[in-house]
Amino acid sequence: MPEAAALELDGIEVRYGSVSAVRDLTLSVGKGEIVGLIGPNGAGKSTTLHAIMGLLPAHRGEIRLHGQSLRRRSAEAIARAGIALVPEGRRIFGDFTVEENLRLGLAARRQAYIGDALGPAFELFPILAEFRRRQAGALSGGQQQQLAIGRALVARPDILLLDEPSLGLAPLAVDGIFQAFTEIREVGTTILLVEQRAQRTVALANRTHVLVGGELQMTLGPADAEDTDKIIAAYLAS
Amino acid sequence: MSTIASVDLQTLGDAFGQGAIYALMAVGIGLVFGVLRLVNFAYGQLIMAGAYTLAYTSGWPVAASIVSCFAVVVTLSLAMDRLVFRPLRGSSPAVMLVTTFAVSFFLQALALIIDLRDGTLGQIASSVAPLNQAVSVGGVDVRKVTFVAVGVAVGALVALALVLARTTIGLHTRAAASDFRTARLLGVRANRVIAFAVVVSGLLAGAVAVLLTVQNPFVQPDFALEDTIIVLVGVVVGGIDRLWTATLGGFAIGFVSVLVNAALPTDKTVFLPSVVYALVIVVLLLRPAGLFAWGRRAAVERV
Repeated sequence: MPEAAALELDGIEVRYGSVSAVRDLTLSVGKGEIVGLIGPNGAGKSTTLHAIMGLLPAHRGEIRLHGQSLRRRSAEAIARAGIALVPEGRRIFGDFTVEENLRLGLAARRQAYIGDALGPAFELFPILAEFRRRQAGALSGGQQQQLAIGRALVARPDILLLDEPSLGLAPLAVDGIFQAFTEIREVGTTILLVEQRAQRTVALANRTHVLVGGELQMTLGPADAEDTDKIIAAYLAS
Repeated sequence: MSTIASVDLQTLGDAFGQGAIYALMAVGIGLVFGVLRLVNFAYGQLIMAGAYTLAYTSGWPVAASIVSCFAVVVTLSLAMDRLVFRPLRGSSPAVMLVTTFAVSFFLQALALIIDLRDGTLGQIASSVAPLNQAVSVGGVDVRKVTFVAVGVAVGALVALALVLARTTIGLHTRAAASDFRTARLLGVRANRVIAFAVVVSGLLAGAVAVLLTVQNPFVQPDFALEDTIIVLVGVVVGGIDRLWTATLGGFAIGFVSVLVNAALPTDKTVFLPSVVYALVIVVLLLRPAGLFAWGRRAAVERV
């Protein structure tokens, strides 16, 4: 029997009232992979992440972590099961210090380990160590995004969900976090990346799914990154 | 001249004592509001239950009487959360507020039934009464309970501030009060944080029950009811969305009430609530986000 994918979505449907925002979505993310999810606004990308995280119920279908169903589990339970979400808008605690924000990430940590508990964040983003006593709200947008990613990583999740992490960042800061995704993959963490920057995502990810109107439209590989026409065509397919 | 000065110092002592007690109540109400977004109108009935416990255990050693008071209040506080607040989580603030009114009336009715079993209304809590004796400080008579109240309030607030600032449960509680959804996303256990807030809130209600029964040992079903209403007003005036502004609001309204009461002629003290509430209206007109909410956005939703 083949090893179960780290994360599997099996024909899920997510509804807001009577409107279904995501329909019959099936995708899987293997251990150590980066899988991209792109598509126009309102395509259901964030909704998909929220469903995985247990913030929204899947009306139909099954979401599995290492082959185990996540049905009816609360967001806090799913966080402690090894999935971390870096939410859209970062959602850092602006009144808290950088270090307090990172310590909050430890709430989902599954086991104790040797060394600095906040190490995973500081190794990837040394600026966070330097600013650990500062108010998080005083950081720049790029630094706040690093903090949000670092906060998710200190829990040592198996799977990292990222919801438009480059939104509103300066080009240099975008380079920084895309570089970080490669480094996160290198330590074996699996990534599901929701992005608007289609071309960069397609180039980075092992596979990138294009979601349009709540349905999977097309799947692209790194080789398609230069094929702008193909990406645009996928976006317009609705 | 000297009598006026001494009266003023006594009044000032009483004002600090009352402010301290109201500050404790404000913290108890503000802490639960922080994590549940629920204004617990029934907070006063936790105090009332503690006061009855002190009354019914008056024959016991003082320590045992106080311990049982805390035990009853914390248990009732947890029961209130489990049976009433938890099923209502996520309901609109209006529904939750009205429900706490119902809980408040229910507990008062229950207290009335229990109280009337001996055929008379009201019980005397005598075990802690010695604290009401006056001690002379530089020629001024100050009731012992004033020192105890200020000491307990300062001690409890410092301890709570340390727990909130230094411990993991404190960090989680602050995060939950600031953004519960994100806190849960990070794996913060909602039930643990809420239980912490509810237990601390109950401990504070227990302490207030002891202090209030020292001042007024005659316990009736409406015990602490008016105090709770005044503190709720003070909490809103101070700014309910932050614990320390709520606390200052509670202290301020207790402090001012005593001063206004002393300033009014003896036959006019029935106007005390009118004067205090008039001051509250003026404050809210001038500072709608709360008296102590410096630098905060003014558009905070008020209760």
